[in-house]
This record gives sequence, C-alpha cells and structure tokens, in this order.
Amino acid sequence: MILRWILYYHQKEILRGLIEYPYVTGTSIIGIKYKDGILMAADMGGSYGSTIRYKSVERLKQVGKHSLIGASGEISDFQEILKYLDELILHDNMWDDGNSLGPKEVHNYLTRVMYNRRNKFDPLWNSLVIGGVKNGQKYLGSVSMIGVHYEDDHLATGFGNHLARPILREEWREDLSFEEGVKLLEKCMRNLLYRDRSAVNKLQIAKITEEGLTVSQPYSLKTFWNFAAFQNPTVGATGSW
Amino acid sequence: MRSECINYGYTYESPLPVGRLVYQLADKAQVCTQRSWKRPYGVGLLVAGLDESGAHLYNNCPSGNYFEYQAFAIGSRSQAAKTYLERKFEKFTESSRDDLVKDALFAIRETLQGEKLTSSVCTIAVVGVGEAFNILDQETVQALINEFEISGEEAPINESVAEQSVGDDQRSAAAEEAAPMDI
Repeated sequence: MILRWILYYHQKEILRGLIEYPYVTGTSIIGIKYKDGILMAADMGGSYGSTIRYKSVERLKQVGKHSLIGASGEISDFQEILKYLDELILHDNMWDDGNSLGPKEVHNYLTRVMYNRRNKFDPLWNSLVIGGVKNGQKYLGSVSMIGVHYEDDHLATGFGNHLARPILREEWREDLSFEEGVKLLEKCMRNLLYRDRSAVNKLQIAKITEEGLTVSQPYSLKTFWNFAAFQNPTVGATGSW
Repeated sequence: MRSECINYGYTYESPLPVGRLVYQLADKAQVCTQRSWKRPYGVGLLVAGLDESGAHLYNNCPSGNYFEYQAFAIGSRSQAAKTYLERKFEKFTESSRDDLVKDALFAIRETLQGEKLTSSVCTIAVVGVGEAFNILDQETVQALINEFEISGEEAPINESVAEQSVGDDQRSAAAEEAAPMDI
C-alpha cells in the first residue's frame, strides 16, 4: 500500500534515469575559429549501436541570427534541444526590441539546461558545440551531457577529442583563411573516418560569419587504402590465412 | 529588480536589457492593482540603462504602465523640469555627456522655485557607453554647479528656508502623485 503511494507520488524521481542509454547516436563534431568567423564540421551518420543506420542526419543547425550548433550523441535528444532553442529564439524575437541572443547567451543557456538535467539524473545525452559571431566577436563553446562547458579557439566532441584535437593543437592559427580552415577540418575528418568506426564518409561543413550562416552540401572525402601493409594483411601473423 | 538581473545573468552570462527588466517590473506592479488583498506600489521609478540598441530611459508607474522617454522628470514639482526638457530634448542625441549633465542640473534647478541649488541637496548619477554606473561625488557636483553658474541669484534668507529646500527635494524624489499619466 505504502509502496504504491510512494510510486504514485514520486514516480518521476524513482524511475527517471534508472534506465538511460543512447539509441541513435551521432559521432564527433569539430569546430574552429578562423579569420572571418567559425567553421564546423560533422558527418551525417546516425548509428544504432554498431550499425550505421542513418546516413543523412544533419547534425549542424542554425540558431537565431548569430549562432550555429553541432551535436554528437543521442539524436532524439538533439531534436529536443532544437525545440527548446526554437522556443528561446522565438520569445527573443517577439520582444522586437533590437536585442538578440548571441552565441555566448545560447551557450550559457544550454549549459544551464544540460547541468539541470544531469542533476535530475535524466541527462540529454549529447555533447554540443556552439559557435557564432556577434558584433565582430567570434565565439566557440562546448557543453557536455553533464554540464561541463568551456570556450576555446578549437573544439571537438567524442572521438574528435582524441583524434582531431592533437592535429588542431599543432596546425591551428589565429588568421586561417576559409580555404585553410576547410583543409584543416578535412584533415581531421579524414583521420576520424579512418579510425572512428561510427564515422561515415558523408560530411557537411558549416561556416558562420558576421554576414550569416551557410551549411555546405554533403560531400565525401578521398581516402587512401593502398598501403603496403594492407596488401597482404596476414603476412606477419602466424596461424592466419 | 536585482533578482531579475542576476537570474538572467546566471542563465545567459549577459546583462538583462533594460526594456525587458521594466516590462517584468510593470507586470508585478499591475498584479498589485488587480488583487483585492494587495495594494499598489507606492513608488514611481525612472529606470535608465544601456543595451544593444543604445541608451534607454523608462518611467514605471504604480499602475503597471510604463513608457520610454528621451527625457523625463517625476515628483511633486516635476512639471517645471519637464517644461525645460521639452524645449531641449531634441538635441540630446547629439549632445556630449557633460552638456547632458548640465541640462539635467538646469532642469533640477527649475524645480527649486528660486531656492539655491547646492550639492548638498542634489545627487547626480551617470551611466553610458564606456562609463559604468557611478554616482558623482559631492565636490564634483558642486564644481559643476559653480561652473555652470546655476546656483541661483538669491542665497537662502535663514536656516528654516534652507531646511525646507532639503525637505522639498526629498519629496521630489519620493512617490509620484496618484494622478493619471501626464503624457
């Protein structure tokens, strides 16, 4: 009897978070500041565990006039985040008072959302990258599913932390041109494509400047598999065929 | 008001635009006019601040009405100041900071009905692009008054008159009358 009462009134708290794992996930996002603004890259894969189930998932989205968000992790949670942001931007626009939320404000808002969900043991299973330019100021920030957040000149989520950031640490510069920035991102994405099993060879690059945002059409990277060691992979392994 | 600003800053790491602040304040004031067990606020406010689209000045009433102005005055003898400002305000967007302070002092002088304007009965606060909110100290205010030669022709006759001018100024800064908006 008492148990039923407890369950009835505290159902949400008891059941929430007990069973929580992601189902359809996106892999790394990479973001860099460049001369005129921010560049972000993401592939278009949605994995269902070890299966590459969806291959046209857009993981880079515009937020208001000044910001761009990229998400890795649970895609349905990203869709919910986009709903929250849509409402946020709507109310901001409805004021119609010449003020608008920039990337810094969006980043901090999302940090609060992610951290509060974490505290309720009901996280949004995402790592987000928010970038944008407002009044000449470039901004690039990241939030994780537990609310850890920081800003930097170059960021990555997921496997990108291990495979892309070392490249960015060596080769990122303050005054990259657009072409140089894209080349740098492609170098990181190619590395991820070789080494991250949930990466797919179909990516988009988004550019956001003071003027506005453009998301490229999906395209593929050229890869090279003709290494000598791949020709006869089993040649050194005794017992293999 | 501080709560609203702090809460907004906590969520967005950005200052709450003045226009949105006065809106939220006005809503709270209005509720007090509609619930039978509450009473309206006993103060009108002039709220000034900066946001993305520049400098703004608002007047919040106990009724819950609020309006934006280029220049305004409130209090029991504010009409004299308003008359002065009405003549001058169109030039304010091009005026320098110091000229604006001078205009404010002139406007305040109008409300004194001939009494002497001194820094002991007058406070000036300034906020602007590149200048954080600050209250000018008494010496600076007195220097400005002297510089602009606006302390008035007649010195106070006796002590009681001087006390009265202090009291009057306190009342000017206090609640607005319950009269409807004089637009």
